[in-house]
Amino acid sequence: MIDNERIDLDLITSLVDEGTRVLDVGCGNGGLLESLKEKRNAIGQGLELKQERVNQCVAKGLSAIQGDADKDLSLYPDKSFDCVILSQTIQATSQPKLILTELMRIGKKAIISIPNFGYWKVRLGLGINGRMPITKKLLHNWYDTPNIHLCTILDFINLCDELNIQIEKTIIPSPRKIKSFDGLPGKFTNLFSEEAIFLIRT
Amino acid sequence: MTFEQNKLPCSYFTEKKPLLLENGTSIDELTVAYESYGKLNKEKSNAIIVCHALSGDQFVASKNPITQKNGWWDRMVGSGKPIDTDKYFIICANVLGGCIGSTGPTSIDPKTDEVYGLNFPVITISDMVNAQLRLINHLGIEKLLSVIGGSMGGMQVLEWAASYPEKLLSAIPIATSSRHTAQNIAFHELGRQAIMADPEWNGGNYIKKGTSPTKGLSIARMTAHVTYLSEASLTKKFGRRLQDKKEVSFGFDADFQIESYLRHQGLTFVDRFDANSYLYITRAMDYFDLEKTHGKSLTEIFEKTKTRFLIASFTGDWLYPPSENLMIVRALSAGGVDVSFVNIESDKGHDAFLLEEPEFDNAMKGFLESVSKGISI
Repeated sequence: MIDNERIDLDLITSLVDEGTRVLDVGCGNGGLLESLKEKRNAIGQGLELKQERVNQCVAKGLSAIQGDADKDLSLYPDKSFDCVILSQTIQATSQPKLILTELMRIGKKAIISIPNFGYWKVRLGLGINGRMPITKKLLHNWYDTPNIHLCTILDFINLCDELNIQIEKTIIPSPRKIKSFDGLPGKFTNLFSEEAIFLIRT
Repeated sequence: MTFEQNKLPCSYFTEKKPLLLENGTSIDELTVAYESYGKLNKEKSNAIIVCHALSGDQFVASKNPITQKNGWWDRMVGSGKPIDTDKYFIICANVLGGCIGSTGPTSIDPKTDEVYGLNFPVITISDMVNAQLRLINHLGIEKLLSVIGGSMGGMQVLEWAASYPEKLLSAIPIATSSRHTAQNIAFHELGRQAIMADPEWNGGNYIKKGTSPTKGLSIARMTAHVTYLSEASLTKKFGRRLQDKKEVSFGFDADFQIESYLRHQGLTFVDRFDANSYLYITRAMDYFDLEKTHGKSLTEIFEKTKTRFLIASFTGDWLYPPSENLMIVRALSAGGVDVSFVNIESDKGHDAFLLEEPEFDNAMKGFLESVSKGISI
């Protein structure tokens, strides 16, 4: 696991309350679920598109099922989890707005992390070089990227506003300095942050 | 069948208290033949029931005294194996209606002192589960660490979890379904008709009349056996290869290896299975419909249950395909239940759950370990 991922994982873990029920949408091979179980004693459940990764989760003793965030969130009852996590996944879904609504229906709160398309290096890539940007957080070429709905920090804040979702906390992870804001982030965050983690609630 | 009931080396539990059945009648004297492995701990918290499938038996991890073959799941159950006999106390009982020692159509009806035959009541999956419940009550086990089973065994697991959620910490239904589909019923009907068409079946009275419907039963087994495999596995194993000959015989002998294999499967089956038992057990499976029996949707049946589930299916299984298993997973998710689901890539057909599939073993082991950690075994 590269450092950045480790930092994300620790930050998200710190936002989850002790002993709560958590759904990790796009749980991969269960790194976050493991961390939540160990450090927060959370009762975790994972949803993951790739069966192979689901099998890895179960072999580690984690609860996980194969499923598609775009289709399968509707299965879960209202407020069935204390917290729903969508880490670096929303940009790869086909209906982010619907997913955000679903997350708020299923969870009492949600933690969402996004790669920021407003980051200066991204702007530079497209604005100056005239090419689709490739950065540490956006590793793919335009033709093979799973990221079909990229947004900036400001875009995400706008969408939350439109859906009457409260942003309780914004955290900007960085290997050098982690910035944490109660509520919305400060000025220039959109320009200087590669990614952002939001704690939201209806 | 050539062996005598109640003579096989295994444990027996007998109770002269009527067992009420789903069809409204009862069995006055219940015998459950079972095997157990490992040690029940002081707290009696490490017990696991393994439920066998249609043609299975209680000899899950020990040599079968009839066939002299190894236990039917000894690669899964044993010392250091995923269902670890060093850690858990494992019980496997012959089902009610079976013919390997538990009360069934070959038993003596205490009312008439004669073999039950077709006077045996039509039993259901939930009757089988209730017989197992009697056994664990007798053993003084309040709560099971897990109930595990594939195929018909998986149906029993689902029924356990639906009727006695407070008795199960976890449930592992494998390659199964919450109800028998038309296709499932159709294949069973083929088998039953084959048995009943055999003149030696004698209206079910063959034991009394000293005949044996071996032809019918072996055809039933041949039909069923094909449904446990897949086209890919048949092609890989047999292709169009001929049996001990270079050219076809232009006759109806077993020219092809697959024919010879199936005939062998049929013939060996009749040595260890009873024809009436086959009728009763396939009927119990056909009647299985969890939603109908419980009068609720799957989601409502399992809503908010504390039992943890691991469901497993196999991609090459067309008898109880992944979609049937996924339906249960979805219902559980919708009910807010803690559920895991593994769909294992395999071309071995329905039988895959009995065969070497390392990814499945790892899931089983990891899941059971995490369940037992919860109660610090």
